[in-house]
Amino acid sequence: MIDTLRLTAEEAAGLIERGEASAAELHRAYLDAIDERDEELHAYLTTVDEADGEGVPIALKDVISTKGVETTAGSKILAGYIPVADSTVAARCRAAGLPLIGKTNLDEFAMGSSTENSAYGPTRNPWDPERVPGGSSGGSAAAVAGGLAPWALGSDTGGSIKQPAALCGLVGLRPTYGTVSRAGIVAFASSLDQVGPITKTVRDCARLYEIIAGRDPNDSTTVELPEAVAIPLAEDLKGLRVGVPKELNEADGIEPGVSDAVNRAIELCRELGAEVGETTLPRSVEYGLPCYYLIAPSEASSNLARYDGVRYGLRVGNGDIRSMYERTRDEGFGDEPKRRIMLGTYALSAGYYDAYYGQAQKVRTIIREEFAAALEQFDLLVSPTSPTVAFPLGAKTDNPLAMYLSDVLAIPPNMAGLPGLSIPCGLSESLPVGLQLIGPQFSENLLFRAGHALERALGFDYVPERLR
Amino acid sequence: MNWQPVIGLEIHVHLKTRTKMFCRCELEYGAPENSRTCPVCLAHPGALPVPNGRAIEMTMLLGLGLGCEIAERAVFHRKHYFYPDLPKGYQISQYDEPLCVGGKMTLATAEGDLEVGIVRAHLEEDAAKNVHMGGAEGRISGADRTLVDVNRAGTPLVEIVTAPDIHSAEHAKRFLQLLRQTVVELGISDAEMEKGSLRFDVNVSVRPEGSGELRTRTELKNMNSFNFAAKGIEREILRQIEIYESEGEVVQETMHFDPGNESAPPLRSKEEAQDYRYLPEPDLVPLEPPRDLVERLRTELPELPAARIKRLADEVGFETAEGLVTSGRDRLYERVGGDRREVANVLMNQFAATGIDPTAVNADELAKLIEARERIPRQAFTEALAASGDENFSAERFLGDGQISEAGDLEPLVDQVLAANPGQVEAYRSGKEGLLGFFVGQVMKETEGRANPKLVNELLRSKLKA
Repeated sequence: MIDTLRLTAEEAAGLIERGEASAAELHRAYLDAIDERDEELHAYLTTVDEADGEGVPIALKDVISTKGVETTAGSKILAGYIPVADSTVAARCRAAGLPLIGKTNLDEFAMGSSTENSAYGPTRNPWDPERVPGGSSGGSAAAVAGGLAPWALGSDTGGSIKQPAALCGLVGLRPTYGTVSRAGIVAFASSLDQVGPITKTVRDCARLYEIIAGRDPNDSTTVELPEAVAIPLAEDLKGLRVGVPKELNEADGIEPGVSDAVNRAIELCRELGAEVGETTLPRSVEYGLPCYYLIAPSEASSNLARYDGVRYGLRVGNGDIRSMYERTRDEGFGDEPKRRIMLGTYALSAGYYDAYYGQAQKVRTIIREEFAAALEQFDLLVSPTSPTVAFPLGAKTDNPLAMYLSDVLAIPPNMAGLPGLSIPCGLSESLPVGLQLIGPQFSENLLFRAGHALERALGFDYVPERLR
Repeated sequence: MNWQPVIGLEIHVHLKTRTKMFCRCELEYGAPENSRTCPVCLAHPGALPVPNGRAIEMTMLLGLGLGCEIAERAVFHRKHYFYPDLPKGYQISQYDEPLCVGGKMTLATAEGDLEVGIVRAHLEEDAAKNVHMGGAEGRISGADRTLVDVNRAGTPLVEIVTAPDIHSAEHAKRFLQLLRQTVVELGISDAEMEKGSLRFDVNVSVRPEGSGELRTRTELKNMNSFNFAAKGIEREILRQIEIYESEGEVVQETMHFDPGNESAPPLRSKEEAQDYRYLPEPDLVPLEPPRDLVERLRTELPELPAARIKRLADEVGFETAEGLVTSGRDRLYERVGGDRREVANVLMNQFAATGIDPTAVNADELAKLIEARERIPRQAFTEALAASGDENFSAERFLGDGQISEAGDLEPLVDQVLAANPGQVEAYRSGKEGLLGFFVGQVMKETEGRANPKLVNELLRSKLKA
């Protein structure tokens, strides 16, 4: 009997290697778990019946194009859309022999922080089905936490990997911008989108990152990794300087239980041999979120222009071209994409560009410089990933701004193009709390090393209490 | 009052790359509809553009040929509008940081050199082709339905923008011809208007002679030939002058010509303040052309048409020089020895009429032929020119064989003519010697003009004496 709730990807690989289970048997075990629990969780939009490959099965967020398998980005406008080609990351998973279990639910076009914006209904948190799994990669996080996949890929534009990983008690990596190909990833905000792993352990995370990372000739913004991915072994933090940015740790809205768990983890860093000190990122935290909400919607308004009903996907109406465009986009997009298209269209309009998009890009440079300065003093920075633990379904759906603030701590390093690793660091009100580790560009190996050492020392149990 | 026209041009040229600008679909004019498409040019979700390096090089080569600076850094922008021929909902183009800036091209004119500033030359992708079915105007409004052919979408396109330095329709036309010849010679485009690989828009305004102001301009679109453009510009200049002279105001508008119907007045549309919401293309990194590549391209530049016209103008006058160069016959001209004006005249007239590819011609043989032009029958000369593009063309054959110069060959003909016209022979012999010309004419007729006239004269005289 395969315990999908507890089995890590590394352990699953071990079963296959030792001939104790085949890829097809593992795949079947996850499909059985899906049959058992996904009616409640709704982590998946599509499942794949046959295991294709001899490796550890994987779930992919439904913005990741998969040849021959419907890819909707959680939107009605792409209902029934079947890609003719794999995205680069899907192709790399395929080449590594990872059979696809299915495509996971998400906020429509990855716009949201709770997976409630999916056109196909919300996903629920395996720790408490009355609560959200976070978002937008909530389906991938719920699948892994709920034992419906050993590992998964999500995408992160403004915290969409780190935040759901935190809210579901998992490890999530938002890689350095440019290390993972965006070719074939349904675009939200091109200058921020990055695909990354959501896993149970840091070692699983490093293994999956190793599979997907590296330059892709089909994505001009990718680069070769400066060093090979190292699967972490270290159990201490000796020689590391860990910075605690005041503003990221004392921001309004951080729940006391979250602060407590994070502070205990910071204390643990010291015990593991790190040198811990305070630092400051005043402008990054104050302006990170507002700038993000200019840049991301601007790019989104552009990226979503292609959904016009002409070539694929939903088409509503016939005859007059204007009315066909309007009806298709009106019926095809949900409220959040519409809100962001309107924001972005406004921000890019003649006469407003300089004041909004242009200005936000300048502030982005300031944020980058501020992080660079802090990261000269420290090897890595720590903070809570999310100000809160998982919140109840519906709690923020009527208040977009409150929802946006869920990513206030995850966004600033994204704006600087920096990698961030979220690892579970304890519970608050019986729900997982995420610790965000931020390093310089291309410092994934360092994040894995520190994350692994902390993970060992923390001994967090990633199986949701109610399912143990 | 005297009015001065002010004309600026925007020229679009398809680059002759093997594949599209941002994907690897092959470019093939006339391929079956939608057979040259992929997720990138169909704008499937997540498909990313990958720039065509060859297209970037070709654009830089053109920029250098037009005397432009090649920017240290050029940025692709997204230009947004909704239309079915634009799969992504935006066109990838260049905006405030184009690849080539600040050049000029010199047009030799009767009044001296005219320098036309090149404001910029930038690289972009072409749109798909809309085919409007039904409806009277061939436009989307009023059409029964519209079909989209995406084969053309993503074709690399260079847009060249001139300064408003041109002041007559004739110069505009000649500038366009010169520019066309330049891109063809650089090997970067076929620049064929009928295939749409060369298109241009013309901005026209007029101002009082001597004033430096720029008045409201109108834009002429969709013109399908240089001559048609010259006529359209001429008409527009007169229209504007008339408006000003009757105290009116020119309105900024666009005039769409119907390429199928040159006599119809243009369709007008008020200039809508389009907001393209330009956005630096986040899927592409800025271009930073390596300086050594720029320098290498500079050394690859051939001597361009404008320079050659200038050089040849001293020998044959600028009009003939321009004709030779823009017709692509000046290289042949330079290889063919002999009297310069004579050679130029033959190339621009009789040779031009043959339609032979000038590069296929053996220049030495052609020189012999032109040199003998006065001595051989017109018919033989024409036949020889028509054969001058053949692989083993030899002038000798036409100089010798073309003319019947053997007395033995001509005698029977002469006898035949005399036998057929006994009355005239009688009259000649009784003193009407003016009839000699008649006999010569008859022999020439029989030989289709190939008989050596001198020899025919001699033969006739001696036989008529007898």
